[in-house]
Amino acid sequence: MAQAVPGTMSLAAIDNPFVFPDLSRVPPVDEVGINERVARFQTRSIKSASKIAGLKLALSMIDLTTLEGQDTPGKVRQLCQKAIHLHDAYPGLPHVAAVCVYPTMVSVAKQALEGHDIRVASVATAFPSGMSSREVKLEDTRLAVAAGADEIDMVISRGAFLAGQDRYVFDEIVAVREAAGNAHLKVILETGELGTLDRVRRASVLAMHAGADFIKTSTGKIQPAATMPVTLVMLQAIRDYYRATGRMVGVKPAGGISTAKLALHYLVMLNETLGSAWMTPEWFRFGASSLANDVLMQLVKQDTGRYQSADYFSKD
Amino acid sequence: MATPDNRLAFDSGWKYDPAPESIDHISIEKRYGLFIGGEFVAPEKGRYFDSVNPATEEKLARVAEADAADVDRAVKSARAAYSGTWSRLRPRERGKYIYRIARMLQERAREFAAIESLDGGKPIRESRDVDIPLAAAHFFYYAGWADKLEYAFPGRRVKSLGVAGQIIPWNFPLLMAAWKIAPALACGNTVVLKPAETTPLTALKLAELIADADLPPGVVNILTGAGETGARIVGHPGIDKIAFTGSTQVGRSIMRTLAGSRKKYTLELGGKAANVIFADAAIDQAVEGIVNGIFFNQGHVCCAGSRLLVQESVADEVIDKLKDRMRTLIVGDPMDKNTDIGAINSPMQLEKIRSYLDVGQAEGGTMYQPECPLPAKGYWCPPTIFTGVAQSNRVVKEEIFGPVLAIQTFRTFDEALSKANNTAYGLSGGVWTDKGAKIFRMTAAVRAGVIWANTFNKFDPTSPFGGYKESGIGREGGLHGLDAYVQLEAH
Amino acid sequence: MAADERIAVAKTYKIYIDGKFPRTESGRYFALEDKRGKTVANVCRSSRKDFRNAVVAARKAQPAWAAASAYLRGQVLYRIAEMLEGRREQFASELTLQGSTAKQASREVDTSIDRLIYYAGWADKYQQLFSAVNPVASAHFNFSVLEPTGVVAIIAPDDSGLIGLVSTLAPAIVGGNSSVVLASEARPLSSVSFAEVLHASDVPAGVVNILTGFRSELSDQFASHMDVNALVHAETARKSLVAIEEAAAENIKRVVGRPSRDWLKTDNENPYLIRDTQEVKTTWHPIGT
Repeated sequence: MAQAVPGTMSLAAIDNPFVFPDLSRVPPVDEVGINERVARFQTRSIKSASKIAGLKLALSMIDLTTLEGQDTPGKVRQLCQKAIHLHDAYPGLPHVAAVCVYPTMVSVAKQALEGHDIRVASVATAFPSGMSSREVKLEDTRLAVAAGADEIDMVISRGAFLAGQDRYVFDEIVAVREAAGNAHLKVILETGELGTLDRVRRASVLAMHAGADFIKTSTGKIQPAATMPVTLVMLQAIRDYYRATGRMVGVKPAGGISTAKLALHYLVMLNETLGSAWMTPEWFRFGASSLANDVLMQLVKQDTGRYQSADYFSKD
Repeated sequence: MATPDNRLAFDSGWKYDPAPESIDHISIEKRYGLFIGGEFVAPEKGRYFDSVNPATEEKLARVAEADAADVDRAVKSARAAYSGTWSRLRPRERGKYIYRIARMLQERAREFAAIESLDGGKPIRESRDVDIPLAAAHFFYYAGWADKLEYAFPGRRVKSLGVAGQIIPWNFPLLMAAWKIAPALACGNTVVLKPAETTPLTALKLAELIADADLPPGVVNILTGAGETGARIVGHPGIDKIAFTGSTQVGRSIMRTLAGSRKKYTLELGGKAANVIFADAAIDQAVEGIVNGIFFNQGHVCCAGSRLLVQESVADEVIDKLKDRMRTLIVGDPMDKNTDIGAINSPMQLEKIRSYLDVGQAEGGTMYQPECPLPAKGYWCPPTIFTGVAQSNRVVKEEIFGPVLAIQTFRTFDEALSKANNTAYGLSGGVWTDKGAKIFRMTAAVRAGVIWANTFNKFDPTSPFGGYKESGIGREGGLHGLDAYVQLEAH
Repeated sequence: MAADERIAVAKTYKIYIDGKFPRTESGRYFALEDKRGKTVANVCRSSRKDFRNAVVAARKAQPAWAAASAYLRGQVLYRIAEMLEGRREQFASELTLQGSTAKQASREVDTSIDRLIYYAGWADKYQQLFSAVNPVASAHFNFSVLEPTGVVAIIAPDDSGLIGLVSTLAPAIVGGNSSVVLASEARPLSSVSFAEVLHASDVPAGVVNILTGFRSELSDQFASHMDVNALVHAETARKSLVAIEEAAAENIKRVVGRPSRDWLKTDNENPYLIRDTQEVKTTWHPIGT
């Protein structure tokens, strides 16, 4: 459980981060209050060296993503090239954190990234809808892990969650956690389908207690995808869970973050909510396909003083 | 990495570089006279005082000190404008002048914001996002009332009062000027306004703007000076109405001065608001509400949530989270866009706040302040909380008017309510709970003029503001704010 | 005197505190005389302590009275009028005793009854007239309502035995305030009888307290008491005004001056007089999911 209130809850729930949580104890979330807090983060003005540091950090946190029905080995290889060579004209750039693909493309990506410290993340569990049987989802996960995925991005069963079957959702994540073996498990809440911030918070608590290494906002297939308000709610859930259990959980907003300015706002929010321990790719990722180039253009602009054109930056 | 006791680390890592607001677009004269009869004139006795930037202790301008003769001149000018033009103007045309002020303020908003922060020490983020836009919105709101007053008072005939004397404080200089001037003009009165002696500049800039807007001379007169100038305005027989915002102590003496005078008056005085957090509240938003409640504008806010009442079962959690949040507050240069807490307005106010920090500790309270670097020059106070204090402590009872929060716990609804109301003040209050029925019971039972439920320190021109008990008499803002500037007669 | 003549029973005029009719704790009285100098009654000369006790009673009674439904408060005021109607002749003769002509007296009683009914009708309406939903620019629901200011001290007009009292009292209590009234010094008898009417009219104990006595002694107490929220008076003399208003400043008391040239006139009937002893409370709440 996310709240540490001595004497009012079982010690097991505090000590053991992996028990089914008492969701009735999850604090409510006020939407307007969250929006106001987000607006306040957005008034932060990031300049000079702090801007360059922030932009480079953002680059290093990107999960460069292609999740299309039309994905081919050729497309995935090109994406991996981009992951390795973000913009070689600018020396000293970090590389992205990972490449994120469908399970059938994991082996292609592994091969293309060989020798580079870039991880391969695979979506799984009947992504994006999650509308399949438990067995199919587990098999999907095993397939991706067997192909070499370092990270598994699973989706929760939103239908079951909305129908109040919290235990079903919890057990499913636990099962996928097992099937994923040593791979990092990111649990996609698909916040755009949850309807309220209260549910985002409850789903976050459920996922963390079920063993998520990361909680992730969205598949990118549903609008709205990541927003700062839902991400803030998830950060606050992570903070309370950490304070109660001592276990750090990462967060990945995905979809809709395409500008450097917005990425910096997310980092401000992360910095002022969870603090410096989370300010690394180990604990924070951007799921994005077009963010990297905008960050690169900003970095080059900071360097040269000239506003940049997309024509000078490789698409993939 | 994570710390062993599961605490968060905010003091290392990514720091924001300075992001100063540019001031190359603003103009401040070296010396300002008194704005009387539509122009700046020298004070009779030729006395001037300095307006100082509290963040740097540097002089910004010389400002005239109005004495009895100047007050008399301003009142006569206001009277002449009232009788000669303003009261004769068709209400619709009166409204158009006020709209003009609103629009010009919007156009020059950034300049006013910068000057407000330079002169008063408040963070540019607040003057830019709160003070100046709200001031313009107040003019805009009341401009529209000018030709609709008969609908505000069904069954009555509405008449203007004459000349209004208005005395405003240093915590929201331009906004308070707008709160006072806009409804006064809309209702057909003319004005003699005195800004506070530590923050006169935006009122003087407003005088320039009003001249630019071609308002008939004498409709708005602005006199700078200290308490003595204010007292001259209050006591002047040519004034029909007094509107004052400031301390309860001064409010009391104004009431005494006005005794028997039949002048109408409104008073916006001190406060010591309780912000009540129930265990079932949205805790993270409540923590944010506590921060907005007490650290907004360095706590120089009469309606600040300066007493936190938190239910015992969540007290440790709330206080821990509050401390974490305080560690992310940036204290320093008001002109930096990232500053959360700016400079204390004056050395006198800093002295007063510091004396309360001593008192609070001497009374046995536990004081917490986050570590934050403070500039070498200027007047600063880090955000401060006291735990282990009780209703009987002075830091709980008295208005500090600084970034200082007194925290108490409670067990039951009735205990919270009784503590909330156990004060001579009654300006504002806050309540945080997810339960609607509890909100209505609490908001109805707290004896205060403005109650924020699941939010705090919100202001709007359409929303009346003002206190119960020793927090004042009358309302400003909204439909109810018109009362202060009209006399009602039977048809 | 004929042998079979009945000797009238003279009435003892007492004060009214917390729903009871004590004599003044001070044991003092003043004699009320008619035009010919004959003593009509011995009237309580209330003390500061009586006033203090009355304020305690009023403070205690006020929250429940304010919390009573507007409908109920209207019914109670209407009941006062009903009771007064039943005692028209008693009040008319008392007013006559205190100097009115029979015609004046009966008009004053009738108007008092009608005025009570007028204000009874406002009980569940003035809130609708004076409250507002304020269209703020942010995502908040914001509304302003009237709430009673609390304990209202009333220095009833001296020039009227009944209608002045009714005109100053009714707007205060219909709005949920409790009150302590200093009756007309020159014409105190109707006030005491009016207390008896109140007592028979479902007015909760402590909501109205009525003292008789000397203005010179009690005005300052009424104005300066720290647990009184508002003072309603009908003074016009500058000296009295200065004294009252200076004393009222100590706790920022609301001072409502309400002189009237003619208490019978209908300009003493309007809802703005209710509003004079009300506070405006504004409540904000976010709108979200």
